[in-house]
Amino acid sequence: MPQITYVLPDGREETVDVPVGQSVMDGSVRNNLPGIVAECGGGCSCATCHVFVDDAAVGLFDEPMTEEADLVEFLEGACDRSRLSCQLIVSEACAGVRVVVPATNG
Amino acid sequence: MNHTAQRVVVVGAGTAGGTFAGLLRQAGYDGDVVMLGAEPDPPYHRPPLSKKFADPAADASRWLREAAFYDEQRITLALTESAVDLDPVARVVRTDRGRELRYDVVVLATGARPRPLIAPGAHLDAVLTVRTLSDANRLRDEVAAGRTMAVVGGGFVGLEVAAVARSRGLPVTVVEREERLLARVASPPLARVLAEHHGRRGTVVRTGVEVVAVEGARGRAQRLLLSDNTHVAADVVVVGVGAQPCDELGRRAGLVCAAGGGVVVDDAARTSMDGVLAIGDVTVRPRLGGDPMRMESIPSATEQAKQAVATICGAPPPAPEVPWFWSDQFDLKLKIAGILAPPYDTALRGDPRAGSFALLHHRDGTPVAIETANANADFMAGRRLLASGHLVDAERWADPAVPLRELAFA
Ligand SMILES: Cc1cc2nc3c(=O)[nH]c(=O)nc-3n(C[C@H](O)[C@H](O)[C@H](O)COP(=O)(O)OP(=O)(O)OC[C@H]3O[C@@H](n4cnc5c(N)ncnc54)[C@H](O)[C@@H]3O)c2cc1C
Ligand code: FES
Repeated sequence: MPQITYVLPDGREETVDVPVGQSVMDGSVRNNLPGIVAECGGGCSCATCHVFVDDAAVGLFDEPMTEEADLVEFLEGACDRSRLSCQLIVSEACAGVRVVVPATNG
Repeated sequence: MNHTAQRVVVVGAGTAGGTFAGLLRQAGYDGDVVMLGAEPDPPYHRPPLSKKFADPAADASRWLREAAFYDEQRITLALTESAVDLDPVARVVRTDRGRELRYDVVVLATGARPRPLIAPGAHLDAVLTVRTLSDANRLRDEVAAGRTMAVVGGGFVGLEVAAVARSRGLPVTVVEREERLLARVASPPLARVLAEHHGRRGTVVRTGVEVVAVEGARGRAQRLLLSDNTHVAADVVVVGVGAQPCDELGRRAGLVCAAGGGVVVDDAARTSMDGVLAIGDVTVRPRLGGDPMRMESIPSATEQAKQAVATICGAPPPAPEVPWFWSDQFDLKLKIAGILAPPYDTALRGDPRAGSFALLHHRDGTPVAIETANANADFMAGRRLLASGHLVDAERWADPAVPLRELAFA
């Protein structure tokens, strides 16, 4: 099972197993990691699951849909590595991916 | 409050309670956490109950947390067990199983229950409400059976159910007592667009009429009698006429409650009694720029869960947020932020006929609320405007040539 590393708002790093087919958001919520709130449960509605994806990993996930891109554009602290983690579906190729969780997810 | 609390008892295993318990552990709280839940299920997402009840693929993402979560986080989940008595002096909660749970802090997260339809025949089989997972399962079965549906109440939950049933080919009539849909919660222009949207898809929308009786045969609903003496055929009736806070426990314990229902809390989730916090739909809470009110939404429940955690851990409460919620009606993803209270003016951006638009409501240029459909960027921009309280130029908002960024980051 691919391991994903979450750099948490307080700087701590947590590495957890995330089953293929689940999202980066799921991995965080399942392990009760702080910073990803996920109010809408992955529905691409709430934008409380914002993360920064490491440059090297950007291509390992599907491109954002317009729905996601429009939410992200206006998020606090957004940059070109910003994604909504509920839209980042984990595949085998994602082993070792690191995401940074901002402190601004509400 | 008491950051050396040894035991926190959460009454209610819904969105607010479940979110609170997870956040409390995230904050490093190490004492006992016991959560009582009247329902047989661990906390689940309610929004899909009215939006995706007919969609088996939605089942996988139903739970707020997976089952193993509660053990891993040392949260004792007592399901099918209700609190029946709260003694805020002795700090004891009694349950319907005869247990007495001592607490240092108790968090009331008992939510709300559907307001019943008051009419003869309302007890008939197939007169349904939508609050719980078992309600949604029942609804799924009725829709699969291809019934003729009447929805009583043109609020968000009722309209969501109507949209799903109509998409599955059921004949659907919505009956609303007010002169328009969503009278309490949405602006007239949004209500108009939605009424047309439902109408074009074949839903019959009847406003300004009341249900006088549910008529049935062999114990099951068959049709509605309306106040204008007409009938609506319906062998399944969905009642969506609002919710009432489950505040009995708090009321009996002597907590200050609002006249219209709801446990009164401050912006740190504190009630009128020491050691008793309350969060979620059961509360009447302060809000940015307006009178205290009950707010039935996930973002509100989450925000209050954070407040309660901060209070227990002795941290300052989080900065207040602009209230918001979402709803799906057919292909329209609606998002609404702020609270609409007249008087206000409205500026439209986008095109309702094209299925993407944003209504910005303002009072002399000060934004009070935003309503959007399939317009995420506009929603986010509008929410920023609401939070900042900056004046808006309605003409610029309505001008598609003006980039949103310029409006939001002015
Ligand atoms: C069909 C539907 C669709 C919705 N859609 C949206 C949406 O799209 N967006 C949005 O933001 N919000 C939506 N909401 C509102 C949102 O679900 C609520 O605001 C939220 O669930 C409130 O959480 P809560 O924990 O306060 O209450 P609940 O989730 O209702 O949980 C309260 C729990 O406490 C239990 N309980 C009550 N009394 C006791 C007792 N004495 N002892 C033990 N347990 C008890 C109840 O059985 C219940 O399980 C929707 C609500 C419904 C019903
Ligand atoms: S969880 Fe709500 S947008 Fe990702």
